[in-house]
Amino acid sequence: MVALLLTMPMWILVSFVFEPTNENWQHLTETLLSEYIINSLWLMLGVTFGTLLLGVPTAWLISQYQFFGKGFLHWALLLPLAVPAYIIAYTYTGLLEFEGPVQSYLRGVFSTQTVNAWFPEVRSLGGAIVMFSLVLYPYVYLLSRAAFSNHSQQALEASKILGAGPVRRFFKIALPMARPAIIAGLTLALMETLADFGTVQYFGVPTFTTGIYRTWTGFGDTTTTVHLSLILLAFVLVLMLVEFWSRKQAKYFATNTSGHAKSRFIQLKSWQSITAFIFCLLPILFGFLLPALQLLYWAITTAQSEFNAEFIQLIWNSFFLASVTSVVVLVLAVFLVYAKRIQNHASTNYAVKIATLGYAIPGTVIAIAVMIPLGWLDNTLDTLMRDWFGISTGLLLSGTLFALVFAYSFRFLSVALQTVDSGLNQVKPSMDESARTLGASRFNILKNIHLPLIQTSLLTAFILVFVEVLKELPTTLILRPFNFNTLSVRAYEMAADERLADAGLPALLIVLTSMIPIIILSKLIGRNHA
Amino acid sequence: MKILNLKPLKSLKTLMTASVLSVTLAMPLNTVQASEQEVNVYSARKEQLIKPLLDAFTKESGIKVNLITSKADALLKRLEAEGMNSPADLLITTDVGRLYRAKQVGVVQPAMTEDLKNQVPVNLQDLENYWLGLTTRARVIVYANDRVNPSELSTYEDLTDSKWKKRICIRSSNNIYNQSLVSSMIAHKGEQATADWTTGLVKNFARKPKGGDRDQIKAVAAGQCDLAVVNTYYLGQMLNSNDESQKAAAQSVSVFWPNQADRGTHINVSGVAITKAAKNKDNALKLVAFLLSEESQRWYAEANNEYPVIDGVKISDTLKNWGSFKSDELNLSELGKNNIQAVRIMDRAGWR
Repeated sequence: MVALLLTMPMWILVSFVFEPTNENWQHLTETLLSEYIINSLWLMLGVTFGTLLLGVPTAWLISQYQFFGKGFLHWALLLPLAVPAYIIAYTYTGLLEFEGPVQSYLRGVFSTQTVNAWFPEVRSLGGAIVMFSLVLYPYVYLLSRAAFSNHSQQALEASKILGAGPVRRFFKIALPMARPAIIAGLTLALMETLADFGTVQYFGVPTFTTGIYRTWTGFGDTTTTVHLSLILLAFVLVLMLVEFWSRKQAKYFATNTSGHAKSRFIQLKSWQSITAFIFCLLPILFGFLLPALQLLYWAITTAQSEFNAEFIQLIWNSFFLASVTSVVVLVLAVFLVYAKRIQNHASTNYAVKIATLGYAIPGTVIAIAVMIPLGWLDNTLDTLMRDWFGISTGLLLSGTLFALVFAYSFRFLSVALQTVDSGLNQVKPSMDESARTLGASRFNILKNIHLPLIQTSLLTAFILVFVEVLKELPTTLILRPFNFNTLSVRAYEMAADERLADAGLPALLIVLTSMIPIIILSKLIGRNHA
Repeated sequence: MKILNLKPLKSLKTLMTASVLSVTLAMPLNTVQASEQEVNVYSARKEQLIKPLLDAFTKESGIKVNLITSKADALLKRLEAEGMNSPADLLITTDVGRLYRAKQVGVVQPAMTEDLKNQVPVNLQDLENYWLGLTTRARVIVYANDRVNPSELSTYEDLTDSKWKKRICIRSSNNIYNQSLVSSMIAHKGEQATADWTTGLVKNFARKPKGGDRDQIKAVAAGQCDLAVVNTYYLGQMLNSNDESQKAAAQSVSVFWPNQADRGTHINVSGVAITKAAKNKDNALKLVAFLLSEESQRWYAEANNEYPVIDGVKISDTLKNWGSFKSDELNLSELGKNNIQAVRIMDRAGWR
């Protein structure tokens, strides 16, 4: 029931299937559709490679070894998550474009021809892949780190005793056991890539999402817009099914939950320690430090606006919206995942799957899909009330924070679901059964056994949703109430007006505000595992 | 079995309680009170380029202004979804295509008074009183001072000449101002000629379209191309920027006004319309009058280097330096009418 309500926007979208296609659709299939599909596929392939490369090894190092700077890297590896993809795209363009400082400097050192010949173009498909990988790998890192450190320890211990080397241990034991978590993280990264508009638009890479926007803004044609979104969804659905089937046989549960033993981190020797440190530092350097410094530089040297009381309000609005949404989404996610666990009905499973799809839909399309039913509901209620009681209720839900939180919940539920689900999956069902045998109620099992066991996943989900909402743009822009501004809206308005320097301060504040929960909750998670 | 370390869970609970509390506290924020004098604005103009004027209006008239800024298409959709209960009174857009579309989907009303209409040139307003232009934006050619002699330039049409092969930078066809430029070409030259022109133009691109208008100017300055087609106010912003490198880039190019010998340079407007559901129509009209006042018009000229729609307004030094120009007098409704055709033509020509 809850799932049904939450997936309402999805049904609105699907209902468009019955709208006949028009000449815009035909035009698209004749001209651009194949290009959209090919570019989107390349992008996904590239981001898969990039996020796995950055996310999995760092997670492995952090979860297994003790080395220089680990306490810092442990949470700092999450920081790039706080940088919106389009912002990192702007900062790197500023640095690396033809007329930017790096190329200009190189042209001074070498000849212009040499530099032109080999310096890669930032604003390209390849550039977009690098940008996405840099800001999205934390999903893979976070989820696989949790899996590595939580549940594969005993198997690893055992294999170590049996004489397996570190490489073998990683590929034969850890990787297969952590696979559901890694895939979950990867799925999130890919879905976010598919839904992105700002970056690909700025880089001039025509993908599905740019096509969706173009159809909407150029043709003013909602039907074709939604049809395109549905194809996008079909994409994601296929992805999810492939993953679902491929792991059907394999279910991994921790055999014993007392596995959270004291630290068994392997101490790395000096040069190994430094290598590990540098390897883990690189993604932070390029995904966070460099862009943040560029933003800071802009904010200090060239921005026309300065920090004032208005920004306090912006920070508060952003923070408030993100906290509320995170709590709502977390409660919904636990409810759904738990319903799935105890009922295991096909219908519940499908509802959960469908609710997950929201993350791949561009925020704009979600905003439309929320706006239409809420507007209809409000206006119908208003008409009824007028007819029966002669009073006008006006718009009760449309244009309120409720509409906004509802849209976020639909969009970001996936983030929380994947995280909580992969946490709960690792708690073996026999524990539920024992507790039931001992007479515990369902609620008691949830409260006293599951929630404490998966608290790491819960905190992780909280961070992820919080940061997502903080940097989310299109939905906020479209659905917000009167006089309600957030940091991301401010950053966007400046950037959209091509005033990048003025976007520096709000963008920097998004990053700083995101750091608060990342640091606090990472400390909590860390303490929990120490 | 040692499972529990409840501390994080507790802090999570505290966090939840705090959040729920703050919701309850913050909720009354959104209720818009009907009792006082007010007007509700949906604006596609960014906050920075509308809020200062709205504040000045409130100060002068005592009428409170509530504002939502967003993308124009989203605002139109929102007006549609909210229907007759929409709180919005006024719609402000930054291009004429969206005003035309707002009229088509029926979310605005023909409310502009004679008094207001008389202040604005006829080609910059709707003939049926639905909308008025507020400021003019010109789409011009900028050229590299050291590589192009302005005598080589003449018209938009001439940009397809083979002498410009691999020398032109222009942004993506997703951009509404490019769509409007092509729409105006359709209105003047017909579809076939426009399709040929677009194909020819794409052949002369120095690189794949990417970035915004400022990026095109920077590319000319850096020598990646010799010409760019941009809106003048972006160049104006760069010339007045705090960033020395932007300023230097802007100074290394000059503005060329195309088509001065025939129809004039292509222009677009930012404009305004009263919504169909407007409940504060009188206040909304007062605000429109204020936006057309000399004070507001001068502010746009100074703050964003846009051209005023009324006569006799003092303009910024930047605008003065570019000189006066002849603008295309095509009725702007034509741009909205041709927009879909324009996008299709650009698609077929491979303008991404």
